[in-house]
Amino acid sequence: MTTTMERICRRGNLPLRILIAILVVLAVLFIGIPIAALLLQVPPDLLLASLQDPVVLDALCLSLVTASTSTLIVICFGTPIAYINARCRYPGKKIIDTITDIPVVLPPAVAGLALLLAFGRRGLVGQYLNLYGIEIAFTTIAVIMAQIFVASPFYIRQARTSFAGINRVYEHAARTLGATPFKTFFSVTVPLAIAGILSGAVMTFARALGEFGATIMFAGNLQGKTQTMPLAIYGALQGDMDASLALAVILVIISFAVIIVIKVLTEKEGADT
Amino acid sequence: MIDIAVTKALRDFTLDVKIRVPDAGTLVLLGENGAGKTTILNLVAGLLVPDTGRIQVGDRVFVDTVAGTCITVEERKTGYVFQNYALFPFMTVFENIASGLRFRNTTRDVVVTRVEECAARLGIGGLLGERVGQLSGGQRQRVALARALAPEPGILLLDEPLSALDIPTREAMRREFSALLEAGKVPAIIVTHDLQDALAFGDQICLIERGRVVISGDADAILQKGQHPFIDQFFIGTYRKEKTEPY
Repeated sequence: MTTTMERICRRGNLPLRILIAILVVLAVLFIGIPIAALLLQVPPDLLLASLQDPVVLDALCLSLVTASTSTLIVICFGTPIAYINARCRYPGKKIIDTITDIPVVLPPAVAGLALLLAFGRRGLVGQYLNLYGIEIAFTTIAVIMAQIFVASPFYIRQARTSFAGINRVYEHAARTLGATPFKTFFSVTVPLAIAGILSGAVMTFARALGEFGATIMFAGNLQGKTQTMPLAIYGALQGDMDASLALAVILVIISFAVIIVIKVLTEKEGADT
Repeated sequence: MIDIAVTKALRDFTLDVKIRVPDAGTLVLLGENGAGKTTILNLVAGLLVPDTGRIQVGDRVFVDTVAGTCITVEERKTGYVFQNYALFPFMTVFENIASGLRFRNTTRDVVVTRVEECAARLGIGGLLGERVGQLSGGQRQRVALARALAPEPGILLLDEPLSALDIPTREAMRREFSALLEAGKVPAIIVTHDLQDALAFGDQICLIERGRVVISGDADAILQKGQHPFIDQFFIGTYRKEKTEPY
């Protein structure tokens, strides 16, 4: 009865519903078709065979190592910045907030050029490092620096939002119960913000893994040294198409895993609050 | 002994109070919302710093702006029960009660014994494995009190301890609280806007209005009619606030 009545009452909405349905289907197809095309091109046996290819293997290992290192460094440096910007008022806070956000809107190629001008052999800082025999550009360290530069805002923004959302009364309770500010942070604040911190870290890892523009400008494209997966895909496209496809599929699988992890974490955070 | 003589500029008025409770008794801060009662608790706990003045509990001076001394929040050893209890949501009941002891690096055996003892005293021994999110209001109240009592605080600070409870639970808790405070011999400061709570708990009751103590004394002194409209409202049932000149 109710369903029939509801149908009668909502009859006027039909054209709108059809329009929305068409838009949703078009959007899903637009994103889904290229991914399906990619997955269909790479049967599992080709994927496994490609994993024996040194180009694929080197790129995979280098990407995982550099993206993990970048993420850890971003967590170590980004967490205090995120916490202070969420909790404290100090002169120049807006400037620091803006500077930490800049890489999100900066084209990666510009980021790479900027890094090169700063840390390259004749760069602003690099010329002095060069006096001590330290070279950064076109090394694995450059890959990590490029990833940190481009991916850090994803962590800092997410962690900052999570810290800002915590009711301070929990931290006050911990202090009155005998916890030092340091203990309060690790025993109460971090567990309360953990879902946001982890999803920020996962986003940073994913962004670092997919970094292309800044890396190719600042670190170059040397197999086993600076050639990460996106760079190897681009390089192999001109010769070994299979390697390129295998790497692309691996990145798609990792991206799916990242999205699932973030969805689970954000739902958990929603349930907790 | 509780000795509070502080000033602190707040948004709408300046808190300026002098309160002295000689023995290990219970001090009740009575007054309407926004009078500055919780600010006094936070000043005692060390979560806020006074502009001027001195706070002493027992023989320990918590803060003295003239002498320039101020001991940290964690060194004050206060047992603070917050208005919304502030139980750590990611911990079990056991972990919540144990948290104060663990923060102070108490050995594992002592933690277990002390938590079980406190939980039994408050009738929540069967809830130790539960997550705090699954507890009723009354149970949360007991967990918060057990957590505050477990590290054996030098003073208990209770912010509107009964306001979040329904009437039957409230009556029961009021009786239990009174018995517990008398048995514990721990000095306590209780903030409330309810005269019944104040009369049930207070050895000394201070009526606070816009940051000042307007009446102070034991239950009999407070109950004298015609002293103050806030007290009279509990007999007549209405309280028309007189216009107060800004300070």
